[in-house]
Amino acid sequence: MSERLAERVSIGPDGVICVIAGKVELGQGVLTALAQIAADALGADLAQVRMVAARTDGGPDEGLTAGSLSIQRAGPPLREACARVRAACAAEAARRWGVSPGEVTVRRGEFRAGDLTATYADLAKAVDLPAEEAPADAGTEQNVYVGTSVPRLDLPDKVAGRPRFIHDLRLPGQLHGRVLRPPSPGARLARLSPPPQDLRVVRDGSFLGVLGESEAEADRALGRLRRLAEWDERDTLPDENDLDTFLRAGPHETIPVRVADGEPPEGQVIEATYSRPFLAHASIAPSCAAARWNADGTLEVWTHSQGVYLLRRALAEVLGLDHDRVAVRHVEGAGCYGHNGADDVALDAALLARASGGRPVHVRWSRADELTWAPFGSAMSADVSAVVDEAGSVRSWQYDVWSQGHISRPTYGGRPGLLAGAHLERPWTYGAPTDPPPQAGWGSARNADPIYDFPRAQVTGHRLTETPIRSSALRSLGAFMNVFAIESFMDELALAAGRDPLEYRLDHLSDPRAREVLRRAADAAGWGRPGLGIGFARYKGFGAYCAAVAEIEAEQDVRVRRLTLAVDVGQVINPDGVRNQIEGGAVQATSWTLKERVRFDRRAITSRDWESYPILRFSETPEVAVELVEHPDTPPVGSGEAAQGPVAAAIANAVAASIEVRVRDLPITRDAIIRAIG
Amino acid sequence: MTRLTVNGTPMEAVSDPGTPLLDVLRGEMGLTGTRFGCGLEACGACFVLLDGRPVASCTTPLSVAEGRDVVTIEGLAPGDELHPVQRAILDEQAGQCGFCLSGIMVSAAALLARDPHPDEEAVVAALDRNLCRCGVHRRVVRAVLKAAGEVTR
Repeated sequence: MSERLAERVSIGPDGVICVIAGKVELGQGVLTALAQIAADALGADLAQVRMVAARTDGGPDEGLTAGSLSIQRAGPPLREACARVRAACAAEAARRWGVSPGEVTVRRGEFRAGDLTATYADLAKAVDLPAEEAPADAGTEQNVYVGTSVPRLDLPDKVAGRPRFIHDLRLPGQLHGRVLRPPSPGARLARLSPPPQDLRVVRDGSFLGVLGESEAEADRALGRLRRLAEWDERDTLPDENDLDTFLRAGPHETIPVRVADGEPPEGQVIEATYSRPFLAHASIAPSCAAARWNADGTLEVWTHSQGVYLLRRALAEVLGLDHDRVAVRHVEGAGCYGHNGADDVALDAALLARASGGRPVHVRWSRADELTWAPFGSAMSADVSAVVDEAGSVRSWQYDVWSQGHISRPTYGGRPGLLAGAHLERPWTYGAPTDPPPQAGWGSARNADPIYDFPRAQVTGHRLTETPIRSSALRSLGAFMNVFAIESFMDELALAAGRDPLEYRLDHLSDPRAREVLRRAADAAGWGRPGLGIGFARYKGFGAYCAAVAEIEAEQDVRVRRLTLAVDVGQVINPDGVRNQIEGGAVQATSWTLKERVRFDRRAITSRDWESYPILRFSETPEVAVELVEHPDTPPVGSGEAAQGPVAAAIANAVAASIEVRVRDLPITRDAIIRAIG
Repeated sequence: MTRLTVNGTPMEAVSDPGTPLLDVLRGEMGLTGTRFGCGLEACGACFVLLDGRPVASCTTPLSVAEGRDVVTIEGLAPGDELHPVQRAILDEQAGQCGFCLSGIMVSAAALLARDPHPDEEAVVAALDRNLCRCGVHRRVVRAVLKAAGEVTR
């Protein structure tokens, strides 16, 4: 029987310390980093710490795992809870041994005073304190694991092929479910021919699903169901070849990010317009979930959602249940880069399980559904203009960005926000996506306000408040586009002034940490050679500093040979973890920058497989070098999203430096270069 | 009933012969290490070795595997051992979410079996049918080259 010493810590008789995290593993390695923090705060051996996945039945509510905030937000309370457990156990040891608590030390899970020793397992049984009432931290925590490259705790299972993903979940008596999505966003079910008796169809309005005993049977059943359904379809989508017009037509919410005083000064005006298309998450695994309705009317859900508590609230609302009748538990999925289909498929599973006679139902989306129905990262369009002095330095800056909102997560905007909800007989429609507030780093306007010391600047966001396209958070939200635009434009200004792009930036930049990452990236890349491009940002204005230098080849297509990045995340919990996140972010940003664009006609999304939505391949992947600029005494910030914008800008600037073509509309394909020349 | 050898063990599969091999492995055989990624043989997540060659198990019917040798990620090395590629992937921490890795390691193992001394270009070419979204490509290439060094020793 485990002894529960705090809301999130329990200790078994075998000495295993279970720590329930409020944050979830998305493939980013956060559970490993949190385990390092917990082990050091406990004075325990890392091998005796087990991280338990987030869950609403017995785990803390720490909101979403998003925004590169997990280490920053979840680290301190976890450290505090673990330190209290350690202090309580040390006090118990001191009582037993008749020594003062100050004489008890703990290292690698062993409490010691002179020759006397005890383990967590020995002491935990006698300690019965809610953590809040336990004595505060006793002794000084020593960093054994924090700051070191501890290997990922979840990788051994994944490398051996052991069951670990939600796709591998096999609940007793489990059925497999498939959903027949409408053929296009505006479609409604017109008619369903009576299904043959052996086809186990679930219908609610335009929501259609089938059940099977195996995945293969469910897939076959889905094919049969498809032939029975007739849909009314409508053209609801904008012109994909003219998204600027669509984004700028409105209606908009105006977002005053920075308001300038007075009129702009006289001087030469330089201006440019940039854009990016809609982007897909395009995780390698389709979204997946499982659900079970119990005889007492309670619902259990297994999900790879980023927020188990938010999902619980949304599910309860759609299904008409009290929150406490729903338990939502996290199971790892494939890489998560934002609000994908994870929450949606959980509702699918709950709806199908409601009609399965009490048997659990496991649901997996198809590749086409994943690419066409998961929320997209919004297309964006931005105008930048600057008034420059005789030396070409910025006297006044103006930036306007048009975008859909970047958040339509469950319960945001006061709606459940789950896909199938909109297809039900009594629908729960989802509204236009909104944006996070300024203190969370904006959405459309994320990183729209540059870190440079401009004497005057006006920065305005324009968020579309009506749209037929569902968009939500995709890694770095608006920052990818805004940094691409700002940093491309800084390059244009530098070149117009005949100045070196690195020196031009430094001349406008007093923040010492910003200057340091720029210099470190430039030095490591051998700045000064022809053909290099540079990009830089401090994520959200208060997160990680990141500078990127790109080296490209432009023959038939643009190919990125090498990326060199410098990053400053303050204190580094796991150096290899940070490197891996920066490398991965840089490679993914390269893919977005060179290749990716969600395609659609006026009726349906047409990029539905890996041919119509290509992503970067092994043969196209650049070498990535990462310089860590360490500030051990500065609180840690997240690294997951810092590279996206700087890499896009560095590539575009390298294209301009190499072939003297300025591409302002992403992706930078052969066609885009030809258009830019024309 | 379809007879085939899976990870060295003769097996009899009861699924319909038209069932995708992937569903047979993950379903009736309980070998969930092979992944469903797209069902269109376009991402490599479902790769298994069929008589030593990497094939997309999502579009390979069970009947095609009749009388042949199938090796999945679980069987790249005997028992609880790891294949040199698996060890090298862990050594290099060449993973983030890890979902693409089964298929990638199957491709890499097939490469090393036919060419124990591949250069970097050969490794990249052998992995080019495998997609990875988290961006660990370069780590994977380093790991496979490292594993090649071990295989030769």
